[in-house]
Amino acid sequence: MTTDTFEPTIIGFTCNWCSYRAADLAGTARLKYPPNIRLIRLMCSGRLDPTFVFKALSSGADGVMITGCHPGECHYLEQNYKALRRFHLIRRTLKGFGVEPERVKLVWASAAEGAKFASETASFIEEIRSLGPLNWGKSGGGRPTTEDGDSPSSVLRPQSETEEVPA
Amino acid sequence: MTDNAKPKFAMYWAASCGGCEIAVLNIHEKILDVDANFEVVFWPVAMDAKYKDVEAMEDGSILLTLFNGGIRNDENEHIARLLRRKSQLLVAFGSCACEGCIPGLANLSPAGEIVHTAFNTVSTDNPHGIYPRASFDVPEGEITIPKIFPTLRTLDQVVDVDYYMPGCPPESHQIGAVIDLVVKVLHGEAQLPPKGSVIGAGNSTVCDECTRKRNVKSITSFKRIYDVEIDPELCLLEQGIPCNGPATRSGCNARCVSAGAQCIGCYGPAEGVVDYGARLIAAFASVIDSTDPEEIEAILDGIPDPAGQFYRFNLAGSLLKAGKPAWEKG
Ligand code: SF4
Ligand code: SF4
Ligand code: FES
Repeated sequence: MTTDTFEPTIIGFTCNWCSYRAADLAGTARLKYPPNIRLIRLMCSGRLDPTFVFKALSSGADGVMITGCHPGECHYLEQNYKALRRFHLIRRTLKGFGVEPERVKLVWASAAEGAKFASETASFIEEIRSLGPLNWGKSGGGRPTTEDGDSPSSVLRPQSETEEVPA
Repeated sequence: MTDNAKPKFAMYWAASCGGCEIAVLNIHEKILDVDANFEVVFWPVAMDAKYKDVEAMEDGSILLTLFNGGIRNDENEHIARLLRRKSQLLVAFGSCACEGCIPGLANLSPAGEIVHTAFNTVSTDNPHGIYPRASFDVPEGEITIPKIFPTLRTLDQVVDVDYYMPGCPPESHQIGAVIDLVVKVLHGEAQLPPKGSVIGAGNSTVCDECTRKRNVKSITSFKRIYDVEIDPELCLLEQGIPCNGPATRSGCNARCVSAGAQCIGCYGPAEGVVDYGARLIAAFASVIDSTDPEEIEAILDGIPDPAGQFYRFNLAGSLLKAGKPAWEKG
């Protein structure tokens, strides 16, 4: 359900030492990439709790980009390998949820790779644009599936209305 | 009637298997304490009572309601709201009410598909392809059946809940302890825990209660329990058995792991865990011994159903709450 007007919302996680600096460099070098990504800086990609990814997707994000230092260059030694393994497991789990695993991407970027950061971000935004909105919880509702069902209530969003129960 | 002086007790099952009711009966002679201290006013599995009897009660007139089961259809929701109004203390009893449990796994599929599967598989004897209708006219009038919702919700996704009692089902000794506590509170000998507390369970993890020996975990392959000879003393996860102990709330005395089977997580998320599956993903990813993407993928093939492994009991209560097909197609 790609539309010309769909602007994906992407949450990007960067590590303090490499990929955030890459993003910074992309900025100071005035490299252009679409404004669809909101960056959140962590100390290290190893701090990327998988909860953050599910939280992002269940709060309206259409995709999540995890970034960190190149393998072997993590400032906390091996933590980006942990991020790598989490990333693989997150993608497999999302697949089980019927969510396209491509909505989560992993990018290694050194502090010198501003251009790589910008181009990877731009291409991810286009990939998500072609996947279409995630639409988390959009239609489900608590609505009865029968045609004559007329008491809409939300399953995935907080309940908004209260059914009257005779006293 | 002297019984009227006693505080009122109710128990209800929504979308559940009935195991919670068995677990309550399994407290043996302690059930007599329930009878001695409470008037049982509504408990469909154990006594005859009509919804209209409950509707006729005054709001707040039931002291304690144990509600098991998730909210899968409009009847479940109606009774959840009704019992919420009639009860002073509403307890989400068991994994289904707390977090969705096995019925919550159906949230991976659209409701229509679930109905279709139920009435139309090779193992179903339904030669005329008859499907239930939401309403049907008979000479006496219109009869209806409950309407299925697109997904199953936990009790607290529908009404306000006072206490949570996890477990599939809750362990009998834990039910017994909670009944003891409530009886003490009734006699002014104890106080209720703060609203929203998890009762009848521990505050740490199954690993904490597990007596298996632990060394450094470094996993090069995941195995199914029936494929290997299990070391009876060593941590199962260390042996490559996907054990959910690290994310699961304590309270069962590590029952399965001490019997030689991995914990599958029926006591739900441990204290402070926001998303049960996410915690397990973090835990499993930490112990896999590989830095090579292809090798990691090969190791992860050993967990053929990650959504089921990580969310077997917690899917409806997780951050995503359902699979995309369920929220897209309803
Ligand atoms: S992972 Fe399982 S076997 Fe290992 S310590 Fe935890 S509960 Fe025990
Ligand atoms: S070991 Fe795990 S699955 Fe078994 S009873 Fe305890 S919490 Fe439930
Ligand atoms: S510090 Fe950059 S990934 Fe660890």
